[in-house]
Amino acid sequence: MSGMTTDIDLIDDNGIRIDGRKADELRPLKIEAGVLKRADGSAYVEWGKNKVLAAVYGPRECHPRHMQNPAKAIVQCKYNMLSFSVSDRKRPGPDRRSIEISKIISEALEYVVFTENYPRASIDVYIEVLQANAGTRCAGLTAASVALADAGIPMKDLVPAVAIGKADGQIVLDLNKEEDNYGNADLPIAMIPRTGEVLLMQMDGHMTMEEFDQALEYGKKACQMVYDVQKDALRRRYSVQAGNGDADDEQSQNNNSEA
Amino acid sequence: MAEPIMSEIKKGHIHKLLSTGKRVDGRALDEYREIKIETNYIESAQGSARVRLGNTDVLVGVKMEVGKPFEDTPDRGVLTTNTELIPLASPTFEAGPPDAGAIELARVIDRGIRESEMIDLQKLCIKHGEEVWINFLDIYVLDYDGNLFDACFLGAIAALRTTMVPAKENDKGEDYPMPLRHLPIQTTVVKIENSILFDPTLDEEKVAEARLTVTTDENGDLRAMQKGLTGAFTLDEVKQVIDASLRVSKDLRNLMV
Repeated sequence: MSGMTTDIDLIDDNGIRIDGRKADELRPLKIEAGVLKRADGSAYVEWGKNKVLAAVYGPRECHPRHMQNPAKAIVQCKYNMLSFSVSDRKRPGPDRRSIEISKIISEALEYVVFTENYPRASIDVYIEVLQANAGTRCAGLTAASVALADAGIPMKDLVPAVAIGKADGQIVLDLNKEEDNYGNADLPIAMIPRTGEVLLMQMDGHMTMEEFDQALEYGKKACQMVYDVQKDALRRRYSVQAGNGDADDEQSQNNNSEA
Repeated sequence: MAEPIMSEIKKGHIHKLLSTGKRVDGRALDEYREIKIETNYIESAQGSARVRLGNTDVLVGVKMEVGKPFEDTPDRGVLTTNTELIPLASPTFEAGPPDAGAIELARVIDRGIRESEMIDLQKLCIKHGEEVWINFLDIYVLDYDGNLFDACFLGAIAALRTTMVPAKENDKGEDYPMPLRHLPIQTTVVKIENSILFDPTLDEEKVAEARLTVTTDENGDLRAMQKGLTGAFTLDEVKQVIDASLRVSKDLRNLMV
């Protein structure tokens, strides 16, 4: 946690958070699949004030070549924040934070992709944070797995992610910017609801064991909710509408252009 | 920005259609693709615009901060233009420092805005020689299907037109709109054999021999130009392009108002 302190109450006497949510409530989440023309697969996620685009290219030739694995494909994710996505302008290009996030997201995605189908190849995933408001790594991973599915890459399952945290001494789901800045703990997780497998988990701050258990309960339920939104996005992208037999690429592109 | 080689049959198709004055997507030679502009797209920026030009998609944000002026312009704000051709936008874009193509793009956009005196930089001086507003105009390409020059320029002027100077949070008084003086418009053509066409798609760019970008202001005066690629234009062709640009830019300017 950033350790900043504030006088504002993050949670009021009725247990309501500053953005009007209850402790176990998600911010509004919207996902669109297939929003980019050039990418092999893509997805756009709006999660509260977060706006995130993900694109997938591949499987394609692996660069640099020494990264090739003769037995399976590798998943190379690049997480990047646009310079104007945060309040103080961020210098374009990778920094230590984005390199770490890219690595753990790559690893989470590699678990669900049937990489053994594509020896020597690389599956490149690009996550661009257009606007950031706490929870961008979870939004990015959520978008990335939808983009992988949109690219038609065989995978075991989608990967929903969410952050749980602690603000004003209470466990809360899906931290907003203020709770992230002034809260007491942050716990982003990604979990496959079907199997309960955890593919990403980080934590910083301070939680008791009881609080951690409660956080996991919140996380489990929330991952299921995010998962349902992910599936719905793919269904909307690929369902054939009555009276409009061809799910033509151009057509879908236009339908999704609201993103 | 090297694109994969194009098939001969596709190349032949573009050439054959052009010899009868037609384009693959059915547009007239001076017709733009559909343009969609969404302003105030990013709350964390002082100004922003997302522009879709056909399938080309760019996002422009303006960030402003207080800084020191350059020594030779102590009474003027500073404009810094940057384009990022991120690998999300095309299988051929690579992460890393901008290549020559990205730098040319950023410099042409910058020149069009600077030379047209679109921004009143003198009004962005806070304290002579000491404090001015620094404008970071950052342009990200999200989906690349040709004619980045015009998509990025439209995004840049649309973002600047919605920019609010963040004076309050910097203790410099009340926020106020970006001081603007002119409304420049930029158009880009490519030459393919003997045809000149506006707003080229990626496929058209791949077979193009020469490119000409023209920036004009609302009075119909020239403000900036850039010829690119290895082909050539005759002087008559240049004049013809400028005339057509003035005509086409009226419609584009109307999109802004």
